[in-house]
Amino acid sequence: MGLVESGHMPKPLTQLLNTARKYSLWIYQWGLACCGLELGAAIGSPRYDIMRLGVIPFPSGARQADLVVIAGTVTDKMSPPIRRLYEQMPDPKYVISMGSCSNCGGPYWDSYSVTKGVDQIIPVDVYVPGCPPRPEALLEGIVLLQQRIQQEDMASRWRGDPIVVGA
Amino acid sequence: MAVVTEFQKAAYVAGQAADARVNVEIEAEGMTLNIGPQHPATHGTLRIVVRLDGEQVVWAEPVCGYMHRGYEKLTEVRTYPQVTTLVNRIDWLGSFANEVPFILAAEKLMDVEAPPRAQWIRTALFELGRLANITLFLGDMGVQLGALTPVFYAFRDREHVLNLIEAATGGRFHPNYDRIGGLKEDLPKGWVTEVKSAMSRIRTFCDEMEDLLVGNEIFETRTRGIGLVPAAVGLEYGLSGANIRASGVDWDIRRDEDSPLAWKHCDWKVWTHPDGDCFARYWVRLQEVREATKIVEQLLDGLPSGPIQAKVPRIIKVPAGEAWVHTDNPLGEMGYYVVSKGGLGPFRTKIRTPSFSNISILPWLLRGVYVPDVITILASLYFILGDIDR
Repeated sequence: MGLVESGHMPKPLTQLLNTARKYSLWIYQWGLACCGLELGAAIGSPRYDIMRLGVIPFPSGARQADLVVIAGTVTDKMSPPIRRLYEQMPDPKYVISMGSCSNCGGPYWDSYSVTKGVDQIIPVDVYVPGCPPRPEALLEGIVLLQQRIQQEDMASRWRGDPIVVGA
Repeated sequence: MAVVTEFQKAAYVAGQAADARVNVEIEAEGMTLNIGPQHPATHGTLRIVVRLDGEQVVWAEPVCGYMHRGYEKLTEVRTYPQVTTLVNRIDWLGSFANEVPFILAAEKLMDVEAPPRAQWIRTALFELGRLANITLFLGDMGVQLGALTPVFYAFRDREHVLNLIEAATGGRFHPNYDRIGGLKEDLPKGWVTEVKSAMSRIRTFCDEMEDLLVGNEIFETRTRGIGLVPAAVGLEYGLSGANIRASGVDWDIRRDEDSPLAWKHCDWKVWTHPDGDCFARYWVRLQEVREATKIVEQLLDGLPSGPIQAKVPRIIKVPAGEAWVHTDNPLGEMGYYVVSKGGLGPFRTKIRTPSFSNISILPWLLRGVYVPDVITILASLYFILGDIDR
């Protein structure tokens, strides 16, 4: 068992590793619905430019990603692939739920085919509310997540309540 | 009773055996490739199962339903003003174009007509929705073929259009600006001059795309002659919008049918292309964006003054009846068939979305093409997943 897995590292080393981790988040994009376009605007548009935050888009697959943004409506038919791709991601992994639909069902709260919240199938670290949220809201969610990554130590990674942007 | 001879029996058995042999051969040599449901080239969550022989597709089947949100059922438990919020989200790129036909159908049932100013603003925002939608396509087509630059330009110039929609309606993506009998509120001050500068930016963007892609040798090689749709086949499969205009069918609902919206007051042209291949579909959409900028400018030049809301009761009850209204969405023919029984909400709504019919041609179109061309054809048919699955 190595130093990292044992969970007992000297604090300066943890800080150093955390700084390295928070500025090289590979983001795996789940462009499911409308929010996928706002995520696309955050990634692809020169106005928002997610890469200046140290978030790197377009990994080759879920197996090389640290962060996944569930952007859009999660339907019951789509849930199994989401679960499967989440399980393929290596630890430590973070999930941002973007938009009302993946937070709680949103405008489809009484639909027969929509999963009411992606937190029923995978654990969520940051909730970004809005329908759809502006790209700035997603950027704030990422900044808050980076602050949390800077603070955490390896042993206490799984504790703590999820962040809600704007709350 | 038909008499079956011994010879016919033998021929039947031989035919069955031949079929079985062919099937076994395909099974032995082919490969089934599953594209999606999460794949960067499918604009969302479309899944396509293709059966390959070497690098050629012998059989393809799109699997829909990964984005099915049950719109037609949800409209039955919502009131008419609430349905507008929902239908915005069908085609999320050109949202305003979705709510207009539904509102028109409700107005037709109630026998209410919005004042001219409201109709002109509606038409202008409809075309802005078209711009927001198709500018992204113009850049995205490059990405699918391996050119990353155009999409950054597309996102850059799309922001100008989204800012305009946001300034007028309050929402970047989902305006929810239409009311039965009019609009939510009037246009903000100075909006018209801002639109003028944004329209010239979009025209510059079109010129840039023409420089970057249309004249590009690689782009032409990968799109010309790929994914040929003859006009007759396209019409049989129910293609509409730019997809069928690229096959040489001169059909545009905005021009051909009488509607309360204000297209009839503008001077514009419906472009067609005789080829019917991926390049034609790109080219037709490029011209469509240029025409849309012209329509918006003309509408705002001649914008009539007056009220923006007709007189309607505070609680909207729609009399019993049935109405069908369709318009030419950015993606094709979009229509709502609304059945009312006199209640607060529709009794039944049938939503005809263009993308669902547009991708129904895929099993026919993908047969025999090479794998990289599958991506080109998918990109050029241009569908939105919410528009397919509703």
